[in-house]
Amino acid sequence: MSKKDLISITDYTKDDYLRIMDLAAEFEKNPNQDLLKGKVVASLFFEPSTRTRLSFETAISRLGGRIIGIADPGSSSVTKGETLHDTIRMVSNYADLIVMRHPLEGAARYAAEVASIPVINAGDGANQHPTQTLLDMYSILKTQGRLDNINIFMVGDLKYGRTVHSLLMAMSEFDNQIFNFIAPEELLMPEEYKMHLREKGIKYYEHREFTDIINAADIIYMTRVQKERFSDPIEYEKVKNVYILREKMLRNTKPNVRVLHPLPRVNEIHTDVDKSEKAYYFDQALNGVFTREAIIAHTLNLK
Amino acid sequence: MKDSNKKKLKLKVSAIKDGTVIDHIPASNLFDVINILGLNKIENQITFGTNLESEKLGSKAIIKVSDKFFADDEINKIALIAPHAKLNIINDYVVTEKKIVEIPDSVQGIVKCFNPKCITNNEKIITKFKVIDKSPLALKCCYCEKITDKDHLQII
Ligand SMILES: [Zn+2]
Repeated sequence: MSKKDLISITDYTKDDYLRIMDLAAEFEKNPNQDLLKGKVVASLFFEPSTRTRLSFETAISRLGGRIIGIADPGSSSVTKGETLHDTIRMVSNYADLIVMRHPLEGAARYAAEVASIPVINAGDGANQHPTQTLLDMYSILKTQGRLDNINIFMVGDLKYGRTVHSLLMAMSEFDNQIFNFIAPEELLMPEEYKMHLREKGIKYYEHREFTDIINAADIIYMTRVQKERFSDPIEYEKVKNVYILREKMLRNTKPNVRVLHPLPRVNEIHTDVDKSEKAYYFDQALNGVFTREAIIAHTLNLK
Repeated sequence: MKDSNKKKLKLKVSAIKDGTVIDHIPASNLFDVINILGLNKIENQITFGTNLESEKLGSKAIIKVSDKFFADDEINKIALIAPHAKLNIINDYVVTEKKIVEIPDSVQGIVKCFNPKCITNNEKIITKFKVIDKSPLALKCCYCEKITDKDHLQII
């Protein structure tokens, strides 16, 4: 049987998404299950990402698995010039599953080719971070009670933000979605994703700002607008306050609306939003543990 | 092409008894074609002419390989850099078959991924692309998922 790697969000079908949602709900009810007893998971973080690593390692621990790995790439064989190929071959012999993060794009796909055991991508440069997308979907399901018929607002850097691209791809598998893209001229949603939506007959709208339209939203997915992304610093100065969400903007929004953010945030969500019941980004992070338990169980056919 | 030019061309590159003639290669890509087909590693008799006049390409190259007949998937590799190439299959000094090259649906090796942060540019890995558009050419890297287009095409 071929192994079930998770490298890009599109490696999963709609059925896989639904399966992960079911399992995540099950793990949320009962997070401690000894399904990984006697198994070893290699947690290979070739670039530091404390947040994602702790989330994965918590998931593995709650499943009763043991962890070997690299947490600090500075001290590992990586800096001694060992190739990714050789590291993965070696680890394949030790462990039952690899969870890896790597600064180079495509590293996870390559590792999955080299490894005899399944690989879960925990981020490969600016390319893919599929477990983030699945936890975003689980957050949408939990707060809206469904994955179809969602009016999704994506705000900020829609050009380089890999989380919004993957979320768009995954959510486009479900019926009757509406996408609203709110971004500055320099950071628009790339044409290939808009083309994908057109091919699927999904409605989308593009805006420069969102104060007037925000009341239609079910989900507001915020991302950071970084100064470095602008070729002209004056352009950044002009738009930098347009993409900041404040509590007062949420006052007339739908009661079910929830604000999501992949974290860490800088200033794109004002701290006055934190106390709103519509702020969901901290709960969203906790959903990551249940979703990752689900992904691991699915990958290793433990459920 | 005028008749006088045809005669000149025949003089420049001599005929072969059996084998394959690859015509209409852009002159600037001759050596890439030689590399891709591995012609620098075989023992067959090979003659080539370059910087020949061509109405279509401006300046073209032609390769004649004796006693060599290419499989379609082998020869189609050159379609990326010589899309207008034409093949004449020669048996006993007579053209017995004519072929054109076709851009394949996937490409292994040959092309470099244009993304400097791609794993294939940082570790010894054979590149792999899915051809998502044949004209204008667009190749999607199977590793980093970025698209290398015609303007960024670089032969390894
Ligand atoms: Zn690449």
